[in-house]
Amino acid sequence: MDPIEKAKENNIQLPSELIPDPGPNIVLGRGLDYTTVTDRIAGIVYLPWKNSPKKWLVGAFISFCFVNLLMLAVYLLFTRGVGIWGLNIPVAWGFAIINFVWWIGIGHAGTLISAVLFLVKQDWRTSINRFSEAMTLFAVACAGMFPILHLGRPWLFYWLLPYPNSMWLWPQPRSPLEWDVFAVSTYGTVSLVFWYVGLLPDLASLRDTAPSLVQRKIYGVLSLGWRGSAIHWHRYQKAYLLLAGLATPLVLSVHTIVSFDFAVSQLPGWHTTIFPPYFVAGAVYSGFAMVLTLVIPLRAWYNMRDLITLRTIESAAKLMLGVGLIVAYGYGSEAFFAWYSGDKYEAFMYTNRMFGPYGFMYWLLILCNIAIPQLLWSQKVRHNLAMVWTISIVVNIGMWLERFEIVVTSLHRDFLPSSWGMYVPTKWDIATYAGTIGFFMLLIFLFVRFLPSISIFEVREQVHHDLHAAPVEEHV
Amino acid sequence: MSHAVSTKRYEGLHGALVEFDTPEALIEACEKAYAEGYRKMDAYAPMPVEGLAEAIGFKKNKVAMCVLIAGCTGVCFGLGLLEWIAGIAYPHNVGGRPLNSWPAFIPITFECMILFSALTALVSMLAMNGLPRPYHAVFNVPAFLRASVDKFFLCIESEDPKFEPNQTVEFLNSLGGVEVHYVPE
Repeated sequence: MDPIEKAKENNIQLPSELIPDPGPNIVLGRGLDYTTVTDRIAGIVYLPWKNSPKKWLVGAFISFCFVNLLMLAVYLLFTRGVGIWGLNIPVAWGFAIINFVWWIGIGHAGTLISAVLFLVKQDWRTSINRFSEAMTLFAVACAGMFPILHLGRPWLFYWLLPYPNSMWLWPQPRSPLEWDVFAVSTYGTVSLVFWYVGLLPDLASLRDTAPSLVQRKIYGVLSLGWRGSAIHWHRYQKAYLLLAGLATPLVLSVHTIVSFDFAVSQLPGWHTTIFPPYFVAGAVYSGFAMVLTLVIPLRAWYNMRDLITLRTIESAAKLMLGVGLIVAYGYGSEAFFAWYSGDKYEAFMYTNRMFGPYGFMYWLLILCNIAIPQLLWSQKVRHNLAMVWTISIVVNIGMWLERFEIVVTSLHRDFLPSSWGMYVPTKWDIATYAGTIGFFMLLIFLFVRFLPSISIFEVREQVHHDLHAAPVEEHV
Repeated sequence: MSHAVSTKRYEGLHGALVEFDTPEALIEACEKAYAEGYRKMDAYAPMPVEGLAEAIGFKKNKVAMCVLIAGCTGVCFGLGLLEWIAGIAYPHNVGGRPLNSWPAFIPITFECMILFSALTALVSMLAMNGLPRPYHAVFNVPAFLRASVDKFFLCIESEDPKFEPNQTVEFLNSLGGVEVHYVPE
């Protein structure tokens, strides 16, 4: 259709009939071709406001309110200092570090889905990789906020970077906290590059199909004049493959370094060698949970059940279950070494973690992270989206509790009983945390609205692949 | 600016473009055009098509080499920076550790390597592809809008020594495409 005519009409709507899920055996629904995948995915971006799902408007508004709460909490923090939080000595790392670790962990599944599953050629990742990369990026943005807010004088955050200054002072390069600065900033940058490279050909599709001139101009600038030349694609694929290969060790290194923040110290409960793999597994676990939490409503709201199929959701649920078992092994190993080491401080720490004042949280954590997810062994549960969604929320909560346990129960009763204390978060701790959730959700809402949330060109490749592949039994 | 002397043999004509419905038809057409002796040509597809770049005679992909060089540079930069900070600019005795405590410098060195390589993968890919480039002659053909959606194109450029407007269009017509267009400059 002529673009000008298109703009005049601009009455793009979501498919009016409910599109059924093709079942757990195929990656894409039947009847999709190069043209329809473009129209369907780009159509979400072109939806006029009046045709936008009401749930989007309500969700985006609520998230926006929470962003305002975040700004208020940060304003107070800047004017009054970290005293508005529940931090104290001995618990100097409260919500800020718990939330930092939680958010950065959530980011990890995005890289895992887009990079690792790309390298091992898992085709079901195609429909969720763009979305999970975006999730990574926004989660890292939320994560990065916390250590900076925790600094006490956040406006001096640049002191963390090695740069020539008038005092000729340099940061301590042997400290894991300094490693963290490099790891998190590199992770954020590489995630952005990876995401943008993936978006580039789709931005060109938007440039060529958008109904309004303004959209065509904006996407035109962002697409850098991509024209789909075979030689460009050749270099593009090489660059994408290399980025995936680089992102894979990067994602492992980031949470390893985050775990070093703890493991390199002398504190019972932190000083353990299981931390790096255990943190990485926990990160991937929470990330898959967050992907499922977001993708299940998304595909229903935008009627995309044939693009993000049960196969994708079931595979993600299986991976979540598998990684969850590694996390369970981590808990077991921690408990075993607390006993087997014969170190009385370690043993006390673990007893205190299980039966001390925060003991109820430990058992809640075991319930959320180990007990409930075992339901996923059943195929019936994996095919019941309401159950999968609920379990994903439970795992998100469980992973947050895990970080609370690690940070608080290790710090609040260490070697000297005279220096013991308790940690209770204040309302501003909670407001900041809730605010970052709102910020994250708002970014997700805006992303879905303004950029293609599924990689169009990769779905085209999948369509091409399906045309030539042997037919698969439909799920009944 | 003075008038540049055009090296083009056909003023105002970038080339001729033929449109296909499937990637298989495009590859076949590219192979025929290459066999016919055409060298200055480009194929356009809305998705990566395996073997397409090779079919039009593209061999050297230098992205990987650039990334390797950048990775090595990143290692040197990271380790060099830390050795210089810890050993020369701000030597500091921490618990009796040697100034050159290199194992502690590995994490940052590693991150620098990844950062340099990843940025180079992006920049070298774009630079060698000549992007960003807002204008290109193929965009003058209205049908080319669908090159990013669902159609596959082969363009033989007028700079090719074998290019001759009528003959080339005749050849392109013989390839069984949907439609053939002249591409104005």
